[in-house]
Amino acid sequence: MARQRVKFTFPQELITLPIIHELGKSFNLVTNIRRADVTEDRGWVILELDGELAEIERCLEWVAAKGVRVDPVQGDIIEG
Amino acid sequence: MSYAKALRCRECGREYPLDPIHVCEFCFGPLEVDYDREAQRKAISREKIEAGPPSIWRYRDLLPCDAEQAVDLSVGLTPLMHARNLGEALGLPHLYVKNDCMNPTWSFKDRVVAVASTKALEFGFDTLACASTGNLANSVAAHAARAGMKAYVFVPSDLESGKLLGSAIYGATLVAVDGTYDDVNRLCAELADKYKWAFVNINVRPYYSEGSKTLAYEVAEQLGWRAPDHCVIPMASGSLLTKIWKGLDELSKLWLLDSVQTKISGAQAAGCAPIVNAWQAGTLNIRPVKPQTIAKSLAIGNPADGYYALRVMQDTGGSAVASSDEEVVEGIKLLAESEGIFAETAGGVVIAGLKRLVESGRVTPDELVVAFITGAGLKTQEAVAGKIREAVHVTPTVASFEQAIDARGEVLEGGS
Repeated sequence: MARQRVKFTFPQELITLPIIHELGKSFNLVTNIRRADVTEDRGWVILELDGELAEIERCLEWVAAKGVRVDPVQGDIIEG
Repeated sequence: MSYAKALRCRECGREYPLDPIHVCEFCFGPLEVDYDREAQRKAISREKIEAGPPSIWRYRDLLPCDAEQAVDLSVGLTPLMHARNLGEALGLPHLYVKNDCMNPTWSFKDRVVAVASTKALEFGFDTLACASTGNLANSVAAHAARAGMKAYVFVPSDLESGKLLGSAIYGATLVAVDGTYDDVNRLCAELADKYKWAFVNINVRPYYSEGSKTLAYEVAEQLGWRAPDHCVIPMASGSLLTKIWKGLDELSKLWLLDSVQTKISGAQAAGCAPIVNAWQAGTLNIRPVKPQTIAKSLAIGNPADGYYALRVMQDTGGSAVASSDEEVVEGIKLLAESEGIFAETAGGVVIAGLKRLVESGRVTPDELVVAFITGAGLKTQEAVAGKIREAVHVTPTVASFEQAIDARGEVLEGGS
């Protein structure tokens, strides 16, 4: 089993879609939302995903393919 | 000894012991070092600081590590210059430049890495690591060499050659990653989870970022223990800006400064300006961008401290400003030609941003302004190559020289 902490950033056109609900139905993963800020034109959600590593990877590809930006929780790792 | 007493979550306020951790287990918010202010107040005085070593370690009582064991390359206490010529060009008679090109690896990153590497040794790590677009990698490699630690530095494979060489020379394992910026980011996030290394800007980030406060301490001390009216600071992750503010605020809380009314303004390059974009949209919500600018040391598309930088600028009455790559090059040239300081692209971003702030009335002539120049130009020569005047080629005769100067349209003065 693996656990990954990620940040999803939603563009305006995806704000109203139940993507995290679909994620829970389509993948064998436990989602645990820890912090979020969603307004009418943008939003981000920080959550933990629990499950098999391969399943987490498949899930993140699926989320990114929907147009959601997926990042590590701490923002960019690279610095100048 | 250090007066650090705990790590505290910036979001929910939960406390944690002083361990190599950076994220709150409860809300995933960032952790920050908390100090015993009462004990600090009793221990610190202006006189004690002034009697300290000529480096950041004179502020040891304000840092989260044991200075007796410091990894010491004599970082800091860089010049604060009254920039009369640049000030005249911009209409700012009280303009100062903090020249952090004068650090051991020629950028302000030496301040944060000095603290991070010292703390990493305290924690018992034997390996330093980072993901970087150059300056941080150079500094991590140098400090690891000084400390006798192993170092792995990860950089995008298309980086400027000067910055690659500036890391490899210290014996670090330089890993040039083929892939997009996001690929490098993801790889390093995974490695930081897998290996027990001190990734300076990940698991020891709360300590690392405290090193930036020393820029504020030095400026206040060099101005004769007063705070500037306005600071103009380059923004990548936004951490530097928040820490310069924190440094000034701490000096005030410790009664080392009478009052702090400093406006804090931040500058980015337009090709990577997620913080400025949010500022202009009037929101605290950062929308990540894909960086496309010559200012690679500021090219952070998803800035970890962007939200906090916005709050500081808002709370202090400062502003956020973005400049085009052409303006950045002009800024580098203006600083070099007026003050004799050759800055890297981040310095060009600051000078170009300062110019815009003056033109729009957001920085005014009556203010004592400090522009923070955070890295040296020799590292990013590519940015200005082909945009400065070519050499005059002559044969070794007086006639050839005079003819060439004449052809260039210049008049020779002082001859007999």
